[in-house]
Order: sequence, then C-alpha cells, then structure tokens
Amino acid sequence: MKSGYVKENYVSDAAIFETPAPKYWTCALVIFLLVYPLFGSEYMVYLLTVMCITLIGALGLNIVTGFTGLISLGHGAFLGVGAYTSSILTKSIGVPFWVALPCAGLAASFVGILFGLPSLRLKGLYLAIATLAAQVIILFVIRQFPGLTGGDMGLIDIPRPSFFGYVLDTNTKYYYLCLILAGGFLLFSRNLFRTRIGRSFIAVRDRDISAEVMGVNLFSTKLTSFAISSFFAGIAGSLYAHQVISIVPEVFELDLSIFYLSVIIIGGMGSILGTIHGTIFMTMVPEILRMTADMMSGISPNMSALLPHLKLFTFGFLIVFFLVYESEGLVKIWKDIKNYWVLWPFKY
Amino acid sequence: MDFIVQLIINGISLGCIYALLALGFVIIFKASGVINFGLGEFMALGAYICVTLLSQYHVPLIPAALLTMGFAIIMGLTVERVMLRPLIGESIISVIMVTLGLAAMLKALIIMVFGVKALEYPPLVSDEPWFEWESVFIDNIYVIVMIATAVCIVSLTFFFKRTRYGNAMRAVANDQIAAQSMGMNVGRLFALAWSIMAILTALGGFLLGAQSGLQIGIAHIGLRVFPVVILGGLDSIVGAIVGGIIIGILETFSSVYLGDYFAGNVGEVTTFIGLIVILMVKPFGLFGTEEIEKV
Repeated sequence: MKSGYVKENYVSDAAIFETPAPKYWTCALVIFLLVYPLFGSEYMVYLLTVMCITLIGALGLNIVTGFTGLISLGHGAFLGVGAYTSSILTKSIGVPFWVALPCAGLAASFVGILFGLPSLRLKGLYLAIATLAAQVIILFVIRQFPGLTGGDMGLIDIPRPSFFGYVLDTNTKYYYLCLILAGGFLLFSRNLFRTRIGRSFIAVRDRDISAEVMGVNLFSTKLTSFAISSFFAGIAGSLYAHQVISIVPEVFELDLSIFYLSVIIIGGMGSILGTIHGTIFMTMVPEILRMTADMMSGISPNMSALLPHLKLFTFGFLIVFFLVYESEGLVKIWKDIKNYWVLWPFKY
Repeated sequence: MDFIVQLIINGISLGCIYALLALGFVIIFKASGVINFGLGEFMALGAYICVTLLSQYHVPLIPAALLTMGFAIIMGLTVERVMLRPLIGESIISVIMVTLGLAAMLKALIIMVFGVKALEYPPLVSDEPWFEWESVFIDNIYVIVMIATAVCIVSLTFFFKRTRYGNAMRAVANDQIAAQSMGMNVGRLFALAWSIMAILTALGGFLLGAQSGLQIGIAHIGLRVFPVVILGGLDSIVGAIVGGIIIGILETFSSVYLGDYFAGNVGEVTTFIGLIVILMVKPFGLFGTEEIEKV
C-alpha cells in the first residue's frame, strides 16, 4: 500500500482497480487471450477452455464458501445437474443451446435451494452435511433413469452449441464462447461484492449475530448465496458437457467437489483474484503430474495407472499444506510479492 | 416372520458397526468441535493394516490387534501434531477442510499401496452360527461385533463422565480458549481424542470387513456415519449407539425391500434421505444438546 494515497469519493472507493496500471495490464491480458488461438497450440487452447469452465464453477463455490462462510460439499453434484439438464435438453428435446444453458443453471439452482432449505435454517456446519447428502442422492437419482440420462453408461453425442446455424465445432470456437462467459461471470462476481447483497454475504460470514442485528435476514441471505453458487455450478457443468461431448455419473462424484474446494482454498477463499489463481494452479497440477508420470513411466510402468490416485493424493496434500502454512492462499503470496516490490526498501 | 427377525438381527449388527464409527466421530466432535470428514478413510486404513498383518505376515490375532492399535495411535498423534496443532484458534472451517484433504490423501494412499482388489480375511470364527432357531441365524461375527460395541460404549461413557481427561476434553470442546487459559494442554487432549477415534474406527473397519469383505469401497461407508450422528445427535454417545442401530436396521430393510425397484445402492440413499428429513424435523437429533440456534 503506497503512502499518501487517498480516495476522495465513494466512486473511487468502490472501484475495482485502484490505480491505472492494473487496468492496462488487464486489457493486455484480455487482448492476449483473444488472439492466442492464432498462434498457440490446440492443446493450450483446450486447457484454457478447461480453465474458463473451472473458473465459473470455482467462482460459484467461492461465493458460497469463501464469501458467505458455508461449506458446500455438493458442488460436483450440482455441476452434474447442470451437465445432464443441458445435455438432455439439447440432445433429446432439441432445445437450442442458448436456452439450455440458462436452464441448466436454473435447474442446478433449484436443486440447490431444495437441499439448502432444511439445512440453512440452522447455524453451524449443517450445510456441509446436507450437501454431502445431496451429492449422494443426486447421483443416485441420475442413475435411476437410464432412458433419460443413460444411467451408469452416461450420455454420448451431446451436440455442440449452435447459434442460428453457426456450429461451435472446433476447440477454438468453443474457447471463445467459454472465454466470454467466464469473463462475464467474473465481472458479475466482482461486482456482486460491491452491492448490498454481496456485502450481506460477507457480513454473514464474519459475524452473523451482528448482521442479524443490522437487519440482514440470515436465512434468505444464505439461501440466495447458495442459489447463486449452484447456478454458477450448473452453467459450468453445462459448458463442460458440451465440451467433452460425453458424460458419465462418475465424473460428478465427491472427488470433483473436493477438487473445487481445493481450487478455492489454494487460490484464496473470499477473493475473486484468488479464484483465478487457484484455477490456473489447479488446472496445471494434473498436467504437471501427467508429465511427471510420463517421464517416470520409463522407470516404473505402473505410473500412468496410478495417475488418478496420484491426482487425488496431490489435491488432498495441497489442501492440507496450504491450510497449515498459508491459509489465505496463493493470492496472499501474490499480494506479499507485490507489496515487497512496490515498497522496497521499506517494509510498509 | 423369521425373515423379518433375521433382517432385524442383520440390521443391528450393521448398526453396531455404524455405532462404533459414530462413536469415533462423536469423540472428535465432543473434544474439538471438528466434523471429521475423513472417518471412512481412517477406518479403511486401520482395517487394511490389520488384515495385511493377519493374512500376509501371519501375525496371530492378539499381537496384530495390538499392532494395529499402536499404528492407529501413531496416526492420531501425527494428524494432531502436523495438521491440527497449527490450526488451534483458527476458524473451524479450516480444520474441517483439513480433514477433507486428509481424507483425500488417505484414500489415494490406500489405493496406491494396497490396490483396488478385495483383501481376503483369514478365518477368524467358525462358520457355525452361534444361535440357530428355525431359520434365524446369528453368526459368530455378529456376536463379536455386538460385544465389542457394548464394551466400547461402556468404557467411553465412563471415560467422558468420570475421568479427568474425559472432562477436560468436554471442556475444550465447549470453549477452546477458556480451556487453554485454565491451563489445559489442548494439543495433548486433541491427540488423545484423535487416537481414540483412530482405534475405534480401525476396530469398526476391521469388523465391517469381516462382515462384508474389505476393499477400498469401504471408505465410502464412512460417509454413512453422518445420518447416524445427525439422528443421534452430534455430541451424544448414547445417540451414536441408538442412531447407529436405527440406521443399520433402516438400511437393511430398505435395501431388501426397495432394492428391486431402484438401481444402485438403495440402502445408502435411504439413509441420506433420512438425514435430510431429520434435519427438517429434529435437527439436534434424538439425544444431542439443543445448542443449535435456529436462524
């Protein structure tokens, strides 16, 4: 924090960028991301698409867990709800994508509210347990209707989105869609916490008794937060389904919820920038693990079979490591580095 | 009629194992207010260690049991020292997330070390049923389960009500900072709590594996503890037992009677639907303390 730097009116206090420099860097980043497919590799474009989708999901989880203080273990299942809704709507009923996408979000939101109603009435960690139940129940229900959802075998041949005849059939075209959507949701989330509703979420997290005294209705605030979070999860799930063309129930199990939790814990709970950091980091980790496994496969051929378990182990380990040593996540490390750079040779 | 009695007995036996796991959960919650999501993995780890000792290394039963208990105690101490002590005083959310991370690590570790195939149990008890009346069987293993559970209940209730350490753990659960200012060694008490939990869950896992086979899917059963503790009350030992037996019977009956209509694991889903219902109707559970503030 530079000294002698003051804010003179409410507009500048609530601004997203405090100084001009980040604005220019952000513009540069956006331009870079937009032109990247022209010279980048197809695989990196695919990875960036995955990052955008994960970002939307992680933003949702951060809203409910990082900003409102409610642990949700059912995020994977809500992604599943969104994925299956969107796939069934576009594949079996032929609904166009730009209708199916919001429907997926709304369906996930609705299911979220369903599970939130009994548990959000109570203070404490009951949402965590209820979302665990949701995780189990939702996946069970998905498996019950093989005619509709393909049961255990899942759905295949999910159509790529098409806008008035223009089909997004290549990775690059889908990348632009996800990029635009991720940017939109990012802007929405960042602005959410400049509004009264967003600040009420933070109030509920920090000291709910005081929030109640000030007139924040705890139950409806928590429910709204959970509904928004599930909506994001539904959108992310739908985007995921249309990217990978085929989905199975196993993808949306508890492991996915733990993955998203690790994204926000490692990136920084309660911070939008932290979500971005966490997403990039956690998308890179499986890639690095895969490369390591490939390198080691010369020495020990079993490595690639162990890969999914190695991934789970690393996620768990990273969660524990970051919680014990740097509980505010990567974004704190980033801020510390920035402060050091700006303030050197002074400490503050 | 006999069939129903048999189902009830099976349900009670399964329920006793759930009760053991729930006891482990309640210990941790009573001592530190932490919801341990890694219960299933602790259970699986203890069971795997014990069975490996018995079958692969042919260690006789009593030394194997003692070794497993020792291992469980070491696990509990390590977890407490490495993960919980740095987080004393931090928000409870962090500790819960740590248990989640630990669960993920343990699960992956078990698969990597022991593999995914089922492990064989050495023959422990004879196949002759202990009690046979018309067509109702009570297998020997069920008897062992029930006796073990009863022993655990009695000793733990005594521990928490009468001994110094038990009362100290309850004090720490009530108010960590006040307990610290009274001079209680919170770290050591957590270590004790986690060790007891590790022993209980290892025992539960071992018995569960003896009843239905041991493979990594067993860790999933750890999630089953949540309906039990919600029904019984998060901090009640009696509730853990009663809840465990009720959930065990519920699961057995629903998987037998409803299993034909639905694909997948009906018993499990029924218990979780029961969880949601209990949250709506009686969130403190049957015996839990009514400290939960309603919003």
